[in-house]
Amino acid sequence: MTHDQFEVLSNQAIAICGAAYFVALLLHLAEWAAGRRVPVDAPVAATVGAGAESRPTEAAEAAEVEDHDAAEKMERFGRWGLVATIVAAGVHLVAVVSRGLAADPVRVPWGNMYEFTMTGTLVVVAGYLLMYRRFSLQWLSPVVTGFVLITLMVDVLLLYTPVVPLRDALQSPWLVIHVIAAITATGAFTLGGMASVLYLIKERWLERGGSEASNGYLARLPGLNELDRMAYRTHAFAFPVWTFAALIAGPIWAQAAWGRYWGWDPKEVWAFITWVVYAAYLHARATAGWKGRAAAIIALIGLATLWFNFVGINFFFGSGSQHSYA
Amino acid sequence: MSEPTSSDDTSGVPAYGHTRDTETGAAPLAPKEFLRWTWRQLTSMRTALILLFLLALGAIPGSVIPQDNVDALLAAQWRREHTTLAPIYEKLGLFSVYDSAWFAAIYLLLMISLVGCILPRTRVYLRAALARPPKTPRNLSRLPEYRTFTTDDESDAVLERAQAALRGYRVDRHDDSLSAERGYLREAGNLLFHLSVLIVLVGFASGSLLGYKGGVIVVTGGQFANVASQYDEFDPGTLFDDKNLKPFSFKLTDFKVNFIKQGREIGMAQKFSAGLDYQTGPNAKQQHTRIEVNHPLSIDGSKVYLIGHGYAPNVTVRDGNGKIAFSGPVVFTPEDSSFRSSGVIKVPDADPKQLGFRGEFYPTYGFTDATGPFSAYPDAKNPALVLLAYAGDLGMDRGVPQSVYALDTDGLKQLTKSNGKMFRVELEKGQTQALPNGLGSITFNGVDRFVKLQVSRNPGGWIALLGMILALTGLLGSLFIRPRRIWVSVRREGGRTVVEVAGLDRSSGGNLTDRVDDLVGSLEEKKA
Ligand code: HEM
Repeated sequence: MTHDQFEVLSNQAIAICGAAYFVALLLHLAEWAAGRRVPVDAPVAATVGAGAESRPTEAAEAAEVEDHDAAEKMERFGRWGLVATIVAAGVHLVAVVSRGLAADPVRVPWGNMYEFTMTGTLVVVAGYLLMYRRFSLQWLSPVVTGFVLITLMVDVLLLYTPVVPLRDALQSPWLVIHVIAAITATGAFTLGGMASVLYLIKERWLERGGSEASNGYLARLPGLNELDRMAYRTHAFAFPVWTFAALIAGPIWAQAAWGRYWGWDPKEVWAFITWVVYAAYLHARATAGWKGRAAAIIALIGLATLWFNFVGINFFFGSGSQHSYA
Repeated sequence: MSEPTSSDDTSGVPAYGHTRDTETGAAPLAPKEFLRWTWRQLTSMRTALILLFLLALGAIPGSVIPQDNVDALLAAQWRREHTTLAPIYEKLGLFSVYDSAWFAAIYLLLMISLVGCILPRTRVYLRAALARPPKTPRNLSRLPEYRTFTTDDESDAVLERAQAALRGYRVDRHDDSLSAERGYLREAGNLLFHLSVLIVLVGFASGSLLGYKGGVIVVTGGQFANVASQYDEFDPGTLFDDKNLKPFSFKLTDFKVNFIKQGREIGMAQKFSAGLDYQTGPNAKQQHTRIEVNHPLSIDGSKVYLIGHGYAPNVTVRDGNGKIAFSGPVVFTPEDSSFRSSGVIKVPDADPKQLGFRGEFYPTYGFTDATGPFSAYPDAKNPALVLLAYAGDLGMDRGVPQSVYALDTDGLKQLTKSNGKMFRVELEKGQTQALPNGLGSITFNGVDRFVKLQVSRNPGGWIALLGMILALTGLLGSLFIRPRRIWVSVRREGGRTVVEVAGLDRSSGGNLTDRVDDLVGSLEEKKA
């Protein structure tokens, strides 16, 4: 295939995977809609929030058969949603890879915002799929598919750029190392942030009298401790990766390209801010009075600084940053 | 929503108590007590947390306001455009946030807090690292993970099997129970991480104290010798001595750049490279090299980087007497990605009046009524100069240093045509234009290129980097080593052995369920 054909392939693949994510989202919405009729601890749904506390059910005997049907329906939607997501992720991967093959000479597909976003969303999906079984993540499905769908739409509509060669500063093996690490960390922080958002929502809901025994989506989320643990694990994975990307690989590359390890360029400043905020998150989890809610809020502040750096710096600071490749 | 456990209570170790949980009592009045209280406050986790936030907040202004030592030109321009705010910002150190006293105050406090935190924790840790696993608690069923079962095996056999199954644990056998612990290195990792933060800071500081960074613009064919006076921008560390500048020199032989000719990123510059003939010292042999982005020249620990480029139109100015008052390339600084560049030409030697020009250079000249003159493409395909001309006193001998990129128009008068209409110099390559009132003429001979080079020495850089790598190592240990305790206790009851197994995961987000299940499995299954 020629480079041009790969470019077309990449564009088509992005459109197709978008559609597949859309289908997956619809299926997961259907799953949760069906779930409203199923008591939270109906047998089929028992895997939800493994390790969460058992909740006594008062479901009437008579309703049980009906429940069972609804539960089966719910599970079916969920399974198809997962299949659609896996298919979408496969096509997504094709889009990313062919984007790299489309360039002449062939290069890594991380030359501009369009490509970063495309790869970052793939990392989010991959992380979700990898953790799916271990953490029983069906409750995260609508959030992940919805997020990825919207982000990809923004990417295609606002950030699309035809394939061009890499600019000089980007031509370095450190690009590969630095960017892989940065994108991986960004994807993982994003997943962790989703758990933190859900933690806050659920906490509020419980505080306002929400009951674990009801049938809605929130009741089906894992318990607060479980959400917090999942958030922590993801952040604990992402933090060292970010440390490596932003504070080791980045400076080494900057030294090679610009003659300084660290120059307080806006992009660097914000990478540092992100790092400090997430360090604060880890501290908060170990500090009485800051655990739980405050920690979750700090995690989200961290995520905001991360995304601001990813998107905002390029748009607001433009040429003021050596790192602007919008 | 309460898990009955302390499994997310990361401390789990009472000994670290005061570093983790602030004692939020009111300040005592007795001086000694007060000092102690202050120290406790400062070294508490809560304070560390707040200082971390302050550090993050404090870093923000530096990304919004142009910084002197990031982009001095931009900072100067900002000052000119914001005359009311600039002095206030100046006072607050907002043009050099990362060198400012208040920013230093935040991170120094954080470092003090860090030392105050590390020291006692290290002491506690050293003691704990040698300690035996804690005795088996009397009531195991109160621990987060608890299983019990009965077996026909003898107590001793069960305990022996447990000991074998707990590989990697430090195990203590008691009469009818066994306590095991692992993950001692987690705290060591955490301490290493925090200690390394200090190392990074030391490396960073020594780099910025002992090193220097300089920028110089060299036109093709031009020379540079590594002495402070030859730099356009020179930014030495506080403890840097000019004598430490290595005595190298070089000549810029040529500069190459490729511009992308099509596509959306048309005009994007690529594959810059500059040829240098250099000598490492006055008597050293001359060598030739090419430097590119990502491939600097390294001489004795100083590095020469190619960081920018642009055009230097070559002009000749004749004065009113017909004498050549100036001839040569003049650096015009690029204003946008199509290399519309602005610059100033000063001709102090012109008679009867000094001459000055200010205006723009367009590598590929284009014009529409809507936009005025613009550059259509960054390569020098159809170069043109458009300048306003001034005559009078350039003010160069007033003793105040002047920027070569700015024209002080106080003593100058803008030239107009004899009918009073606006006069503009508009030149294509090779053209000459006469100035009004017989003041002389200006010729646009051609286009030279310049490169912007950065020369720097960063003696502490590797310390900081090493510190960062140590920090990462420690961090990984701190986040992923799981300190765990497991107890197995046995008792005989009615001819059978009742086995109790309990576990405590002391890490954040830890979960011992699987491990305890495994252990129970291996104790049960080998019923002989
Ligand atoms: C430059 C400032 C600091 C940075 C960047 C920083 C960063 C971190 C990070 C990333 C962690 C997570 C590792 C883990 O969870 O095990 C951590 C943990 C910890 N930090 Fe710091 N820290 C700083 C200052 C301090 C100070 C001043 C204290 C003393 C009050 C402190 C006490 C602790 C403690 C006790 C933990 C362990 C928490 C746990 O077990 O999860 N840190 N720190």
